[in-house]
Amino acid sequence: MTATETQPSRATRSVNLKVLGPILALVVLVIVGAALNGNFLSAANITNVLSRSAFIGIIAVGMTFVITAGGLDLSVGSMAAFIAGLMILVMNAMLPTMGPGWPLVFVGMLTAMVAGTLAGFVNGFLITTMRIEAFIVTLGTMGIYRSLVTWLADGGTLSLDFGMRSVIRPIYFDGILGISWPIIVFALVAIIGELVMRRAAFGRHAAAVGSNDQVARYSSVNVNRVRMLTYVFLGILVGVATIMYVPRLGSASPSTGVLWELEAIAAVIIGGTMLKGGFGRVWGTVIGVLILSLIDNILNLTDGVSPYLNGAIQGVIIILAVILQRDKKAES
Amino acid sequence: MKFTKITAAALAATLAMPVFAQDTKVIGVSIPAATHGWAGGMNFHAQQAVDRLEKVYPELDFVLATASDPAKQVNDIEDMLATRNISALVVLPFESEPLTSPVKAVADSGAWVTVVDRGLAQPGIEDLYVAGDNPGFGKVSGEYMVSAMPDGGDIVVFRGIPTTIDNERVEGFENAIDGSGINILAMEHGNWNRDDSFTVMQDFLSKYDKIDAVWASDDDMAIGVLAAIEQSGRDDIKFVLGGAGMKEMVAKVRDGDPMIPADVTYPPSMIATAIELTAVGLTSTAPVSGTFTIGSVLITSENAADFYYEDSPF
Repeated sequence: MTATETQPSRATRSVNLKVLGPILALVVLVIVGAALNGNFLSAANITNVLSRSAFIGIIAVGMTFVITAGGLDLSVGSMAAFIAGLMILVMNAMLPTMGPGWPLVFVGMLTAMVAGTLAGFVNGFLITTMRIEAFIVTLGTMGIYRSLVTWLADGGTLSLDFGMRSVIRPIYFDGILGISWPIIVFALVAIIGELVMRRAAFGRHAAAVGSNDQVARYSSVNVNRVRMLTYVFLGILVGVATIMYVPRLGSASPSTGVLWELEAIAAVIIGGTMLKGGFGRVWGTVIGVLILSLIDNILNLTDGVSPYLNGAIQGVIIILAVILQRDKKAES
Repeated sequence: MKFTKITAAALAATLAMPVFAQDTKVIGVSIPAATHGWAGGMNFHAQQAVDRLEKVYPELDFVLATASDPAKQVNDIEDMLATRNISALVVLPFESEPLTSPVKAVADSGAWVTVVDRGLAQPGIEDLYVAGDNPGFGKVSGEYMVSAMPDGGDIVVFRGIPTTIDNERVEGFENAIDGSGINILAMEHGNWNRDDSFTVMQDFLSKYDKIDAVWASDDDMAIGVLAAIEQSGRDDIKFVLGGAGMKEMVAKVRDGDPMIPADVTYPPSMIATAIELTAVGLTSTAPVSGTFTIGSVLITSENAADFYYEDSPF
């Protein structure tokens, strides 16, 4: 962070701003939060904020790859709601035969992972093989999954059987050494995502496809396969996020996961990934997610700012992030 | 809305068609889609009422349309008027403003109009207005708080989606607790949503070292609040008061859960009241025009069994 205090040349200063901008914003938010409320830095509050960031965070890591490869997925929020509903229905249905216990939790987890993989595959298939615009495909599946969960829930709420709830509850609320499971899983997903993006061939291929798919094709990159895999990975991560989400309240309803897709996309863009594709930054996405949840948290911990303005503050931050991004693009 | 009594003239207008005509009359029912728990219950009760009334009155036909946004609801109503020649419309408007002129067009065509829950922007269009009592909902909730905390105390308040309904409830509540020694530490919007209320309650628990009670003002929000309290392991919160009458919460009241000692109704089945009254108006000489207000009732362990509907999704 000392880099900002030096006075580099004009070009590098913009680049540094772009790299450091999200981190600076996060640091400023933490300082503001700590100044406004003494409990802000308490272990309980930090655990709360990190745990609740995990759902969007895990999804946003997958979204980083999709956007880097030049795609977009609007269906993830509805998909999460649908998978959560499915997971609850399957566990409730198997409860009489299997009884409450960890085997049944694994069945639920397996359901979520398989459903997520399939849902990602369907998106990927329609986009790559059927050559339909990602925006249109995922707008369609967004509506489909939202309707399906409403239909499954008969308009109401799907609730996990009470006996099962105490068994599954520790997945959200417990952890190792005081760090809760959602935080651990989020951290693992983020680290693996960062490594794949930086070190693995898949990450470079995704960036190449997003940057220019013709050039990538001539460079013998299997463009369709890379695109397909980004959607399948995102689907799997939606499944993982759902596994973290269901234990929290043990229920899914038509209002589950509303606007998660936009929060995930916003976090990805705040983090410095190009919306047009070609460049992705997983750690930036993590910072983006934390910034968005900290804004909510700070507004809840303080008086004086109307909660009606929460969305406006988030909007300003997203637009600022995109302005920084445009500067870099103009120079390159 | 001031007229609760029927006049002979209004009766004549109601039954514009001859009472003994044997041809089928169509009643259109237009409601918002089941996008949250309460609306889900409302959809359930609408369907139940339609199924029941089609058996009772062979001369009545029903068209039930659910809309996910105001624009779709306008289309539904225009279609009903143009293609189904409806004799009556029962509508729970998504939003007051955009629905006012299409519903007025239905009324101008001579059809009977029943408006449910959310009033139209212009008074006097509807023949029958069936509504819950939002200020009363807040008042009953506030009075319960006062009786449960005779020595006063510190509470936090959860508000719904910013709407007139929410404002009326909170105003009724604040009036009821005025001067009782109950102090509202903070109010925040939980948007009638479990997840939002869970995070808001977590933050309230971080912010305040001592909270005596919570007015969650809605059963979905109460569920989120309870989960956050359970996670924190704190025992300073004596009880949580929800609202609406979700069956899981009514069951808790019935079973004597100390954290959920009571609930306040705002029944989604009011749509059934509206459809039934409209059917009565179309098929009999009984007067049904005016305003029908469904009061909010306090559910306690004594009467909870009467408010538990096993089959309802809500």
